[in-house]
Amino acid sequence: MTPDVLTVQGLNVSVRDTQLVSDVDLTVGPGERVGLIGESGSGKSLTALSILGLLPDDVVPSGSVRLTGIDHDLIGADERALSRIRGRDLAMVFQEPMTALNPTMRIGDQIAESMLIHHTQPTRTAARAAAADLLDRVQLPADLLRAYPHQLSGGQRQRIVLAIALANDPALLICDEPTTALDVTVQALVLDLIVQGVLARSSALLFITHDLAVVATVCERVLVMYGGRVVESGPVHEVFTNPRHRYTQGLLAASNLEAAAPASGRTNLQAGTASRPRLTTIPGTVPAAGHFPSGCVFRNRCTHATDLCATTPAWSGTPTTGYACHHPAGASHA
Amino acid sequence: MLVFGFMAVLPGDPARVALGVNASDEAVAELRRQFGLDRPLPTQYVDWLGGLLRGDLGTSYVSKAAIGPQVFDRLQVTLLLVVAGMLIALVLAVPAGTVMAARHRRLSGVALSALSQVGVAVPAFLAGILLIMVFAVKLGWLPANGWTPPAVDPVQFLRQLVLPALSLGLVQGAVLTRYVRSAVLDVLREDYLRTARAKGLRPFPALWRHGLRNAAVPVVTVLGLQLATLLIGAVVVERVFVIPGLGSLLLDGVSQRDLILVQDVVMVLVVAVLLVNFLVDLLYVALDPRLRTGSR
Repeated sequence: MTPDVLTVQGLNVSVRDTQLVSDVDLTVGPGERVGLIGESGSGKSLTALSILGLLPDDVVPSGSVRLTGIDHDLIGADERALSRIRGRDLAMVFQEPMTALNPTMRIGDQIAESMLIHHTQPTRTAARAAAADLLDRVQLPADLLRAYPHQLSGGQRQRIVLAIALANDPALLICDEPTTALDVTVQALVLDLIVQGVLARSSALLFITHDLAVVATVCERVLVMYGGRVVESGPVHEVFTNPRHRYTQGLLAASNLEAAAPASGRTNLQAGTASRPRLTTIPGTVPAAGHFPSGCVFRNRCTHATDLCATTPAWSGTPTTGYACHHPAGASHA
Repeated sequence: MLVFGFMAVLPGDPARVALGVNASDEAVAELRRQFGLDRPLPTQYVDWLGGLLRGDLGTSYVSKAAIGPQVFDRLQVTLLLVVAGMLIALVLAVPAGTVMAARHRRLSGVALSALSQVGVAVPAFLAGILLIMVFAVKLGWLPANGWTPPAVDPVQFLRQLVLPALSLGLVQGAVLTRYVRSAVLDVLREDYLRTARAKGLRPFPALWRHGLRNAAVPVVTVLGLQLATLLIGAVVVERVFVIPGLGSLLLDGVSQRDLILVQDVVMVLVVAVLLVNFLVDLLYVALDPRLRTGSR
């Protein structure tokens, strides 16, 4: 078996005394598309930024992040070493396309720059030609090379950001809510281009979103995060049709996956909650950072919580497929 | 109009001052007629304005010489001084402000920040006097005053330019540093800087390639406003360093009640400030493509 592209072990992220991400383990295999889902504030973006080493100054990560082909840990590596990896082996597409591009630089120069930094194209002319090719791959006309970002729509800008990220054929592409800020009509196109892009390069994909339907269409495997912890993980169809953690269950019940879920899942979802006349909500709100309960982080919003939940639940299952819950769904209940 | 109005209500009869206190009333009245001061104010105003449009700045009440050539001679001196001061301010402020922003959490950034705050509080003439005391009187490195046109003796010109330009530039630089710092701090928070880092640029190159041009837009605004301040500062600094610039001319004109000269100098300064603001607007468009309309 080939080694994983990305291996994250025991990742903690904290700002001063507040722990924001706790003990996250995460692997992405070669060419694998992995989703990371959870509500706002669950630590998804922080996890991504820790992998990239682009956390704000006062936010400190610890643990281990290894990338295939890199013989050192990314956590604690110096800026010089990290900047050689960023944009070449490891690339990222951010959430907000409207502000992600430099307003005073031409599109072509911004795309070409990432190849010139890493010397993947020998000359400015070659880089510009490659940039035109990349534009074509994201279905944009080559004359946009001379355009400035303000002349483009959000969807077009996000495709530019994707072109920049894919310019050096990264081993791993991280997308942080890449379609959240876009119109529904262009979401599907951008998602398709992301999947096409990673497939064409056999890059691995770590896809962060709160949209379960998007995960269902894009990813093969999924990790569910809540309160800075991974609470459940497994193949998408497994987790979505047979959730074990109570949080995952709540998340699914609050989403309408009818349109996106695989055919096998539809019957199961309906069987689980009778005829599903309407969507439900998870009671309460996500606590502010640092105010999650001890033990199981979800217990103050969970209808199945007992005294047992004051202790941190152990991980059940294999490293890639399992959950951390004292009262898993499908065992005591359904 | 404002300039003219203020001058007209100012006390002191130019004709009286020109002839001295012992002159007879008849002589004064004769001179007033010569200067056209006996005509109604609106006529004087239109006359003056018409002259300005034709490039004729009129004749001095005191020296009876044409003002135009004098003003433009002096303007060159002042412009050299102001431009030198501005360059010093820029050379100081851009690196200092950038370092202060990039290290705003560290001691070096905070220390620089405090130092610039002191600079903001010092007026230009005081800086000038202090500089003279240290570099001219104590150390004797540079001349304390005087002016040599660059065409006559470039070395002496530079030696005499250093101290006045520094006293203008240091203070303006301190002010400008504050603005550069906040502009760069804003840019550091921008998403596109994170994109640049994600491409593989290290923090400083990312700021250099993607940040500075964007930070320049608000800084240029301040630069334009500061040029007006610099012109005023130059008036005082020219006095301190005995430089025959527009400022000294203005002060001479005021003390001799040479109203038309004062009017002309103020007018030239106003036009200079307007021109600078126009240039600033052009610079915006050059810096920020979003301000260019009509492009696809």
